[in-house]
Amino acid sequence: MVQITSEKIDVQAAVESVTTPESGGIDLFIGTTRNHSKNRAVAWLEYEAYESMALKMMERLEEEARSRWPISKAVLIHRIGRVDIGEASVVIAVSSAHRKEAFEACRFLIDKLKQVVPIWKREFFADGTVEWSRQYHAEEGTTETL
Amino acid sequence: MKVTMRLFSIAKDLAGFDAREIELPEGARAADVFVVLNAVSTSFEDWRPSLMLAVNREYVSSEHPLKNGDEVAVIPPVSGG
Repeated sequence: MVQITSEKIDVQAAVESVTTPESGGIDLFIGTTRNHSKNRAVAWLEYEAYESMALKMMERLEEEARSRWPISKAVLIHRIGRVDIGEASVVIAVSSAHRKEAFEACRFLIDKLKQVVPIWKREFFADGTVEWSRQYHAEEGTTETL
Repeated sequence: MKVTMRLFSIAKDLAGFDAREIELPEGARAADVFVVLNAVSTSFEDWRPSLMLAVNREYVSSEHPLKNGDEVAVIPPVSGG
């Protein structure tokens, strides 16, 4: 299941949505907003999505994870709009019979999401300046296609 | 042909708009949207190496052939998560 929402992400509900009787474990990744970037204080963040394409890419990532690991259920939720410091901007939960597959699939999903899903972070700094983040691009190379 | 051009993040800021119907000649390719954008802002030339293109919500190469009614999006480096 994939979702883009402007509401606060309900982490407990995400976990419950992947809980199944045949699962032996759930791996949960919560991406939270940091109060600093490039040694500057961040006041809050805003996320923008090319929503129709982002959902399509997230669905494809879920399908790819399912084809690579025997997972029971997976959920990918990304928040858009203003996200205050310490709140969840992204939540990924994966259940599977055994923990190894859940860990690997969850890691794959967050890594790929950050590379290919058309969502952009805008940093609102405490000094009043506003910048589109180029963090991924700068730190880990160019965006690759899926 | 008519295509819908959509801009996001920094590309939207550079152009000053987020969507526009544009007219392109038959045989146009995805990267031809930059002919239009370069006329809007000279900054697009500096940004061009890091901008990707999507047609109908799929990443495409610069040479991807366009057809009437396509939605062409300019995708700056993504930074979700």
